[in-house]
Amino acid sequence: MQFGIFTVGDVTPDPTTGRTPTERERIKAMVAIALKAEEVGLDVFATGEHHNPPFVPSSPTTMLGYIAARTERLVLSTSTTLITTNDPVKIAEDFAMLQHLADGRVDLMMGRGNTGPVYPWFGKDIREGINLAVENYALLHRLWREDVVNWEGKFRTPLQGFTSTPRPLDGVAPFVWHGSIRSPEIAEQAAYYGDGFFHNNIFWPADHTKRMIELYRARYAHYGHGTPEQAIVGLGGQVFMRKNSQDAVREFRPYFDNAPVYGHGPSLEDFTAQTPLTVGSPQQVIEKTLAFRDYAGDYQRQLFLMDHAGLPLKTVLEQLDLLGEEVVPVLREEFAKDRPADVPDAPTHASLLASRKDAPTEEGVRA
Amino acid sequence: MKLVVVSAGLSVPSSTRLLGDRLAAVAAPAATAPEPAPADVRVVELRDLAVEIAHTFTNGFPAPALADAFAEVADADGLIVVTPVFSASYSGLFKSFFDALSATDEDALTGKPVLIAATGGSARHSLVLEHALRPLFAYLKAVVVPTGVYAASEDWGAQGLDARIERAATELAALMAGLSGPSGQAKGRTPPPKRDSFEEVTPFAERLAALSVPGPSPAP
Repeated sequence: MQFGIFTVGDVTPDPTTGRTPTERERIKAMVAIALKAEEVGLDVFATGEHHNPPFVPSSPTTMLGYIAARTERLVLSTSTTLITTNDPVKIAEDFAMLQHLADGRVDLMMGRGNTGPVYPWFGKDIREGINLAVENYALLHRLWREDVVNWEGKFRTPLQGFTSTPRPLDGVAPFVWHGSIRSPEIAEQAAYYGDGFFHNNIFWPADHTKRMIELYRARYAHYGHGTPEQAIVGLGGQVFMRKNSQDAVREFRPYFDNAPVYGHGPSLEDFTAQTPLTVGSPQQVIEKTLAFRDYAGDYQRQLFLMDHAGLPLKTVLEQLDLLGEEVVPVLREEFAKDRPADVPDAPTHASLLASRKDAPTEEGVRA
Repeated sequence: MKLVVVSAGLSVPSSTRLLGDRLAAVAAPAATAPEPAPADVRVVELRDLAVEIAHTFTNGFPAPALADAFAEVADADGLIVVTPVFSASYSGLFKSFFDALSATDEDALTGKPVLIAATGGSARHSLVLEHALRPLFAYLKAVVVPTGVYAASEDWGAQGLDARIERAATELAALMAGLSGPSGQAKGRTPPPKRDSFEEVTPFAERLAALSVPGPSPAP
């Protein structure tokens, strides 16, 4: 099982000091957080993609390429890459380039985006959101798998004899996750292709997450990719820890109360009762995260949101120490218990390459 | 059969709740007549849910007690909705409840018989029923009972309110019986079962075909 972090990349004033970091500070902080993730033994770093203030990560592969050069093991990913408003040709090129630079330590998560004006800013119609996700991904899927593509669709200019370069590393397309919070259509899309499905459950009650994942698992099996239990599931999480749980609550409360997403709304206590948010000791985080398996089944990837709402870099780095030293080692051990042998790990470049080499008949056809 | 009263009254006791109760007392037995057992009546008091209603706008999902209220409303065979008049319209709390409901379940009121009612300090606001409540519930695709009931303070000591309650509640009962009773089903007037996007997924190949996009190539 993979453990990692995902960042939104918001530039938010620290409510305890009133100070807002500069864009440069925030971007460098995101890099420092990624490097720390590798140092403390996490597996994945994923960045969001946004095209409006107060968010900085508009160019994910630029950032991930820089991080790739400074890390050895970390898998670089996105949360999410906008499949609706980006040109699928550019996604194919950017992430194939990143694959080569990062020696295959790359996957990505498709999302539709939830900021209405981004669609018109990029010349798209939000009412076509699902159709854009369907058509653009169908093209992206081909661009990574066919050397020469002829294409005609509804949303972009046709392609005749087009080859996306560089070709994917070792001819293996990056693994793709599809992220959606409330659209069954996207769970269906992930299932159809046998791709991963990520439910960012951090602002949602468990019963909703359960329905989406059950749908994905059932449809994954329907399309013949394996049993429902073998489908590739990822979940979000959101935690703030101190050794003493009362200290965690006291320190995090002003960040919670002023957070861009849920601030000035429910109490910290209600929100922790109703969603995966955990504010407390490392042991409390372990217990709550282990309970995700009760409704999601054995899953492959757990990403935590650690660096939002104006938390200072120093605090985030301390949180990552706690996550890497006290939480994730226990989670690895506990999640491995009673995990059926036929439940796969999340695909990586190495595993996808190996499984292709294990399929000699297809190699024969290619030859 | 199930009848749900949604009351946006704020004081305890409240004349808004009283009006809802009076309407339900007539509609519940009439909806099931000639069966001796009246319709099961549930009351949703929005005052008790005010904080959870506000939080749906900051959270995006209903907290447990509000989710239960949404389920009661969605499951009802008929609704009686009663609001005090604030600033020439329904109260903000009343509107917020239905905003949050329709954001959670946009078809919750589709085809559902709804009796609209309001209370106010004077009779001068009585057209709030026609100018504010009726368009709201028409927009939400409810079947709105032709007669609405408005009760000003003075109505509680005057003649005429009883007759309006009787008429409106009987109309609601007839719609409930017609839409959910055997004769309604025989005439095909029962609303179609709601489509559950989790139960009935559009197969992905159909989505691709609708866009004239070919399916994926075989794995390399």
